[in-house]
Amino acid sequence: MVKLAEWRGKDVFRRYGIPLPRGHVARSGEEAQSLVRAGTVPLPCVVKAQVLAGGRGKGGAVRFADTPDQAREAATAILALEFKGEKVREVLLEEKLPIARELYISLTLDRALRLPVLITSAQGGVEIESVDDRQISRQPIHPFPGLTGYEKRRAAEVLGLSGGPAKSLDRLLEALWRAFMAEDAELVEINPLAVVGDGLVALDAKVIIEDDAAFRHPEYADIRDDRTPLEEIAREKDIAFVQLDGNIGVIANGAGLTMATLDVLQEFGGAPGVFLDLGGTDDPKKVTEAFLLMAQAEPRVVFLNIFGGVTRCDTVAKGLVEAMKQVPTAQRFPIVARIRGNNEKEGTEILRAAGITAVPQLKESAQAAVALARGGP
Amino acid sequence: MTVLVDRDTRVVVQGITGHQGTVHTRQMKAFGTQVVAGVTPTKGGGEVEGVPVFDSVQAAVDRTDANVSCVFVPAPWAKDAVVEAVDAGIRLLTVVTEHIPFHDMLVMYHYAKSKGARIIGPNCPGIAAPGKSKVGIIPNLVFQPGRVGVISRSGTLTYEIVNGIKEHGLGQSTCIGLGGDPVVGTSFVDALPLFEQDPETDLVVLVGEIGGTAEEDAAEFISHHFTKPVVAYIAGRSAPPGKRMGHAGAIITRGKGTAATKAAALEAAGARVARFPYEIPDLVTEIMSGSGRR
Repeated sequence: MVKLAEWRGKDVFRRYGIPLPRGHVARSGEEAQSLVRAGTVPLPCVVKAQVLAGGRGKGGAVRFADTPDQAREAATAILALEFKGEKVREVLLEEKLPIARELYISLTLDRALRLPVLITSAQGGVEIESVDDRQISRQPIHPFPGLTGYEKRRAAEVLGLSGGPAKSLDRLLEALWRAFMAEDAELVEINPLAVVGDGLVALDAKVIIEDDAAFRHPEYADIRDDRTPLEEIAREKDIAFVQLDGNIGVIANGAGLTMATLDVLQEFGGAPGVFLDLGGTDDPKKVTEAFLLMAQAEPRVVFLNIFGGVTRCDTVAKGLVEAMKQVPTAQRFPIVARIRGNNEKEGTEILRAAGITAVPQLKESAQAAVALARGGP
Repeated sequence: MTVLVDRDTRVVVQGITGHQGTVHTRQMKAFGTQVVAGVTPTKGGGEVEGVPVFDSVQAAVDRTDANVSCVFVPAPWAKDAVVEAVDAGIRLLTVVTEHIPFHDMLVMYHYAKSKGARIIGPNCPGIAAPGKSKVGIIPNLVFQPGRVGVISRSGTLTYEIVNGIKEHGLGQSTCIGLGGDPVVGTSFVDALPLFEQDPETDLVVLVGEIGGTAEEDAAEFISHHFTKPVVAYIAGRSAPPGKRMGHAGAIITRGKGTAATKAAALEAAGARVARFPYEIPDLVTEIMSGSGRR
């Protein structure tokens, strides 16, 4: 998933006509100061860290300014922060508005219903998880008629809006729905949505774009998610690769089998450090690349658990043997292999010729990997 | 028909001229499936693995009476392929294609539903009834005919578990791989009634994963409407919250959809829950031999 920082999310909202405070992003205190001086950002203003983690208000990552100098100081201070492990690279400066009420709205997917759902609450401005369930309305929206007039009127009722703000909500919901659908979003969230005078303004923006729709959204291609550098390389090679905290490298094929492998390792006291899901492949080169990637993560031991279907056991064995030739001796790690299924015999034979013994049972092979990770035999 | 497919099932493979389509057409035929047609727009007229290729699903249905589709069409065109098949009168589709945007799947699902058609998948290994028919990509070697039904959200893990059942001398009636995406055409709750009504299934093995509430919903259904014994396994007990574990659906958010909550719900519904995949065959054997029947 591609999570957009607030200012990028607001760029999306702007394209769909969702009302926003006047503001601009800055990358230094000086830039912040000149944006205010030039009147691009009216005073008084709010200066917000552009990080993906929530809870910015409590963490000193949101400050206020009444003068250009204060704007510079606030921006400089925030840009020096590391907020929940994330370096702050940008701040968003926005005019401070007279807020009458703070509301919550979002559109996301309800997996069980297999429908988009419009979530609204009159209790905005706080994390939605902390709001009482009875204060939250969930309205499923069918994709074929799309968002209808009565659903928008119901939302206004739930939010306690009438007159100008209700009219503003009608247009805003229409825009939000179009953004959700056309941008292939997993989530579009406005929290808080502020009642300002006779209308509404989106004070924050949370937009998450679905990875699988990337092929029709090249505009998001350069936005990095919260991946580690190795996870980023894996993504480019179309290998599912996740780094955890332990020292056992796990290579398996398929998400379910990978998770089951981690479960078994943990049961026997092992700590998986990285897992790599080969997926379905019949290309030994991809297997070699995967192993070389794993080598960079410097595992204590690698546990290979493959059930051959599309991915044949001999393909994996060939890819593994080739990779081990390329890994310098000093960086080599012991390997416990379990390869079952399609061409199991051929794969086992290739591994044996390279000095790697395949252990057929999951339990025994996992125990062997854990023992090696502890420095045992 | 027993559970969705049988010897009379006539399969059209959409995307048959692609690598995956060709490989699995060969495997399905080796399984005994009647693969009667293939479709690749603009490539009609030839043959793949002895199967005639047509330009459209309608042409394939008109000429071969195909009644089930197996979709290998790449993600950007998968939605069109499914709508085309439904419009041609196909009422059961297995969508193997992975990485289909869920917005597309929402359209596919609701369109199919409006026409009375069922989708299995996407991103799924498909369905297989040993001795009868296979529509999908589950390796042939894990099967032997028997009386254990299998419903799973996983791919390879399903092969592993089905193979384990076989190695313990038991066989399968029908195995359905539902797929691991956030939106699936057929869920546990949709599949369970088919096994309840199937006279050839004595017991169901349910293989779940972390994320979502499909297993909790299944537990609710089992406690009220399912009379056959259930053995369940949930993968991802050790997964940390917030990390996406390969499957787009396999992510723990806000403490919901954990392996623990799913296992507890299924146990409360009377299912036997295995802690590891290799415990499943023993539990199945125990129940089938009568000692563990609830």
